[in-house]
Amino acid sequence: MTTLYSLSALSPGQSATVQALHVDSGFQFRLNALGFRVGKTLELIRIAPFNGPLHLKLGNTEVMLRRQDAANIEVLM
Amino acid sequence: MKRIALIGMPNAGKSTLFNRMSGASAKVANWPGVTVDLLSAKLLIAGQMAELVDLPGIYDLHGFSDDEQVVRHFLCNNSIDLVLIVANATQVDRQLTLALQLKSLGLPAVLLLNMADEAKQQGITINAQQLGEELGYPATLLSAKYGQGYAEAYQLIESELQKSEAMPILSLENDFAVDQEVEDKLEQIIRHTVDVPVQAGHSTTEKIDKVMLHPWLGLPLFFGIMFLMFQAVYTLGAPLQDAVAWLLEGFRDIALAPLLSGLPALLNSFLLEGVFDGVATVASFVPVIILFFLFMAIIEDSGYLSRAAFLMDALMTKMGLDGRSFVMLLMGFGCNVPALMGTRTMRSRGLRLLTMMVIPFSLCSARLQVFVFMTTALFAPSQAPLVLFSLYLMTFVTVIITALLFKGQFNSQEPFALELPPYRFPTTRQMILRGWHEIRHFLRRATKFITIGVVLVWILTHMPFGVEPASAASWSGWIGEFMSPILSPAGINPELTVALIFGFVAKEIVIGALAVIYGLEGSSLMQGIAQQIDWVQAYSFMLFTLIYTPCLATIATLRAEAKSGWYTALSLAWPLTLAWSVSTAFYQSARYLGY
Repeated sequence: MTTLYSLSALSPGQSATVQALHVDSGFQFRLNALGFRVGKTLELIRIAPFNGPLHLKLGNTEVMLRRQDAANIEVLM
Repeated sequence: MKRIALIGMPNAGKSTLFNRMSGASAKVANWPGVTVDLLSAKLLIAGQMAELVDLPGIYDLHGFSDDEQVVRHFLCNNSIDLVLIVANATQVDRQLTLALQLKSLGLPAVLLLNMADEAKQQGITINAQQLGEELGYPATLLSAKYGQGYAEAYQLIESELQKSEAMPILSLENDFAVDQEVEDKLEQIIRHTVDVPVQAGHSTTEKIDKVMLHPWLGLPLFFGIMFLMFQAVYTLGAPLQDAVAWLLEGFRDIALAPLLSGLPALLNSFLLEGVFDGVATVASFVPVIILFFLFMAIIEDSGYLSRAAFLMDALMTKMGLDGRSFVMLLMGFGCNVPALMGTRTMRSRGLRLLTMMVIPFSLCSARLQVFVFMTTALFAPSQAPLVLFSLYLMTFVTVIITALLFKGQFNSQEPFALELPPYRFPTTRQMILRGWHEIRHFLRRATKFITIGVVLVWILTHMPFGVEPASAASWSGWIGEFMSPILSPAGINPELTVALIFGFVAKEIVIGALAVIYGLEGSSLMQGIAQQIDWVQAYSFMLFTLIYTPCLATIATLRAEAKSGWYTALSLAWPLTLAWSVSTAFYQSARYLGY
């Protein structure tokens, strides 16, 4: 079964597909350049201590993203 | 003269290629955003002189942060004969958008797929020729770091440069949104020409990260590594410093003193006890500095800085800062100036100003010299590295106090995403270049600030004519007495006060000044100081040196980057206040407790 989630709801080890980026255009360009594009698969590797940023893997790129920013990214699991 | 520009995403290896092509020693590290300003070098290529320009990394041509504005401004104000697009070959899937954007502007360019060594290791194969044909730019694979494919790439650059004509100056006003069409085209090209194994990735990096980014081991490991590094710098560096001091002392006694003995007494004292003793005392710390920067080069090139940002981001956010601020503090351990410039990657002005406010507390290598000197003079060899480490921790304490106090004034809601590059190791060549770079940096400072500083200290301690040097009757004595009501509560005596005043120009001058004030150098200077002050005074003095106003170069950079007089004044006044309060609180409590 596939459901829409916010990226911040993922648990370490889970993979998902990017569905939408609900962010301002400036940050959207940055996210695009880092590999966040609709249809792209990503994996949550780990979460930093003290409820810190997410460590994500998109293709061959590893990125850290803050939880509150990840909340604005919609993914399909 | 023809102009060639290096353009690419951050951390694609532009500066590494720039260094290889021009023989320059631009700073490189495994961190997106090392180069934040234009660097240029002249080189002879295809039988003519050309200007090679290294630009800051840019994610796409919409660029909005200050470092990306540098690129946009350059493209809009200069004609360019050839663009070298540098892309990370292991990430072609997302790094070629920039190439397509440049193509749409009609810029003549060559596509250089860098880090071919890593791509090969991961089993990624790229048909560069076909990729180039489909993209419309000649393309080739190379490793700018290790040199494979460089000769072919150079030939390609030469032949393209001969063909190309200078482009008229661009206008980037038009919107060239990365539409789906462009993306689809890119995806198609990559499907034809790039083969990525299903299990691609840096397996070594993943293994190291399992340990280094462990949920509860990560942070203790970070501080453990830092402690070991400073311990190593101290344990290896202190004997080296001793050896160089001994050599310089020998040179002074055997060669210089007899040579100058014929001169009038005052001139002799000026040259020998002023200029030579002052500069030589500072120079004896050059090996410590080189050693320190070799360790820094390994850490900066390893890719660990991004991991530090990852580990610390949550805590830094509570202080109104972010993971990048933390990395800039670590870079500030080398020198505060590039760390301040490094904040250009931040888009939010509030975040940038708050980060720039705390960077000067970072214990830079110039202050390290003062502390190695003082701890060696006043603490047992077993305690000295711990004392040194405690001062590094004080950096973080002052940062926390300052950030919490000012975060209301400098608000930021900037979203933050950062690449975590794979772990890498610098080449021997890069480490030698870095060491050489630091020696040159020291020599530049020595010829400018340090010599002038120690000369001024000599004048203050020996004027008016005929006084006993540095006595209460000398000018330095007057200044010390005048300042004494302010600084004696912190346990800082008149001699140390004069040294601190000159440390405002450059912190290295502090030890040079002490050598001149006490009229001693090398080990005898350490003994002389140990007889005059105790460890409580020394530690209070070190706290003051750590926290009080940053050096002149740092202030100039702060002013240039912040473009605000008020802000500059605040970043002068606040550290002074904090330094006095911390030193006085420490000194008075230590005395109260009976030390």
